[in-house]
Amino acid sequence: MNKKLMYGTHAIGEAAIQAGCTCYFGYPITPQNELPEYMSQRLAEVPGGVFIQAESELAAINMVLGASVAGARAMTSSSSPGISLKQEGISFLAGSELPAVIVNIMRGGPGLGNIAPAQSDYFQATRGGGHGDYRLVVFAPASVQEMADLTFHAFDVADEYRTPVMIMGDGMLGQMMEPVIIPKPRKGKKMPEKDYILTGARGRPARLVKSLILDTKDMEEHNWKLVRKFKRIEERETRWEGYMLDDADMVVIAYGTAARIAKGAINRLRREDANLRVGMIRPITVSPFPVKAIREAAQTIKDFFVFEMSTGQMVDDVRLALEGQGTIHFYGRPGGVVPSARELGRSIARRYYQAIRKRKQ
Amino acid sequence: MKKVYQRPRSLRDVPMHYCPGCGHSIIHRLIAELLDEMGLRESAICVPPAGCAVLAYYYLDIDMVEAPHGRATAVATGIKRVRPDNLVFSYQGDGDLAAIGTAEALHAANRGENITVIFVNNAVYGMTGGQMAPTTLSGMKTTTTPAGRNPRSEGPPIRVCELLQGLANTVYLERTAVNSPANVMKTKKAIKKAFGVQQKKAGFSLVEILSPCPTNWRMDAVASCTWIDEVMAREFPLGVIKEVPC
Repeated sequence: MNKKLMYGTHAIGEAAIQAGCTCYFGYPITPQNELPEYMSQRLAEVPGGVFIQAESELAAINMVLGASVAGARAMTSSSSPGISLKQEGISFLAGSELPAVIVNIMRGGPGLGNIAPAQSDYFQATRGGGHGDYRLVVFAPASVQEMADLTFHAFDVADEYRTPVMIMGDGMLGQMMEPVIIPKPRKGKKMPEKDYILTGARGRPARLVKSLILDTKDMEEHNWKLVRKFKRIEERETRWEGYMLDDADMVVIAYGTAARIAKGAINRLRREDANLRVGMIRPITVSPFPVKAIREAAQTIKDFFVFEMSTGQMVDDVRLALEGQGTIHFYGRPGGVVPSARELGRSIARRYYQAIRKRKQ
Repeated sequence: MKKVYQRPRSLRDVPMHYCPGCGHSIIHRLIAELLDEMGLRESAICVPPAGCAVLAYYYLDIDMVEAPHGRATAVATGIKRVRPDNLVFSYQGDGDLAAIGTAEALHAANRGENITVIFVNNAVYGMTGGQMAPTTLSGMKTTTTPAGRNPRSEGPPIRVCELLQGLANTVYLERTAVNSPANVMKTKKAIKKAFGVQQKKAGFSLVEILSPCPTNWRMDAVASCTWIDEVMAREFPLGVIKEVPC
């Protein structure tokens, strides 16, 4: 296995190629331009590779829909404002049950916001984003290696469940370089046959892929079907990482770049002079959310410290997971501000000591 | 006895939902006849629009995928790039192609995507109840231009073929109508030519078809056909707008 020093965006691109992605459609927006640039070069080397710089995000996501229904593994990427534009197509992909991988390298918002790393699109990503009753599968990598691994895996998940999947990174993860081992395709991995794709009705009945279901009873059943599918995904695909949980009195819950900073903060707090017993639960899938892991932690731990680079979005999911158990502390830095581990550590320590005092009273 | 007329294999044996006098059913049949005659039924992939013709997939017995409103040419682009040997065509109305989907259509044409667009121009939004379309004629009354379309505030109607004509990669653009037997035959020829251009992998082709909408025009079927000749075809001249030899 060759370890290479790569940008996060390039690692996503190469992992996609290795996963068999032959189609990329996108529109320029900072801070993710290195990904379409990488794909424009790499897909020219891949047999049947298609790269189109589309006229808009709307066009790009609908080209993905076309390539997907034609049977190819297809991807698009963008950053926050561009992902807003893609929501129409994502809703159609979900409704038509078509696989696709969508990358969001988040930046500060709302509106045009800025181009600094942020985590303010959590609601949009995990609550559907587009119109209608559907859920998106959302992976939140926290390193360049994970960007590669999860992108590779995302194509399998998309195909297996016939669903759009999002990779949610941020400007920091996209732009930084780390050593990475790009996953290679495994031989003999069985994927479900794509018996829905359009190839021309040769020797078989004509196929129809659509999301328009005028009969309300059928539409209702379709909605429940999507719910059942997501439940299956929840049971089988939910991922999270536990860090120093065994003796923890307080758990930090953070994902992506925020989790990287939190790990640094926890390491500082655990130094012998302070020795604060703080651990972390890091959701790797933010949708489905690792509810069970948090509930289990709540049996022994009473204080949960949620850190996000937003004004507080995932904290709602933590609240729902805890169902009133424990105490939630929140620290948020929206707008593209990336606090240091020292800054975050101070905030965690303050809440930690307050919690101890409260318990003694 | 010799059979001289029958339902094309590519057309399903089901009643259509279109209003009496509507042109969609004629255009569907022409496409179905051509798919049969050109041996393309098993190769064809169609992208119907949002609009009256969204249900085209219940009538044409070929592979179909539904696109969001206006995005048919983007979806068709994705399909065709993956399956260059299939016949890929979109079927779009005037609102779909020339309002919400203008950017997609223009850029697919400019890239010279090797697809065919069947563009049905009936000068109104039919499905939603007769609102102003980008192709509504100046002075024409619709449910959102009760005093008639004012070209100074709403703009004059957009001539799609002429708009695309200047793009280097458009290969074949023709405007026809389905308001008389002669025009129906010309429409069939035009679609045949467009499919032929695609088979030769020559590039982007579009057939604009002036089509009656008696319901929203508040006319009977005969008057609608006359109106196409006397009013609509003056704004949208029939004929080959552009043909690059291929």
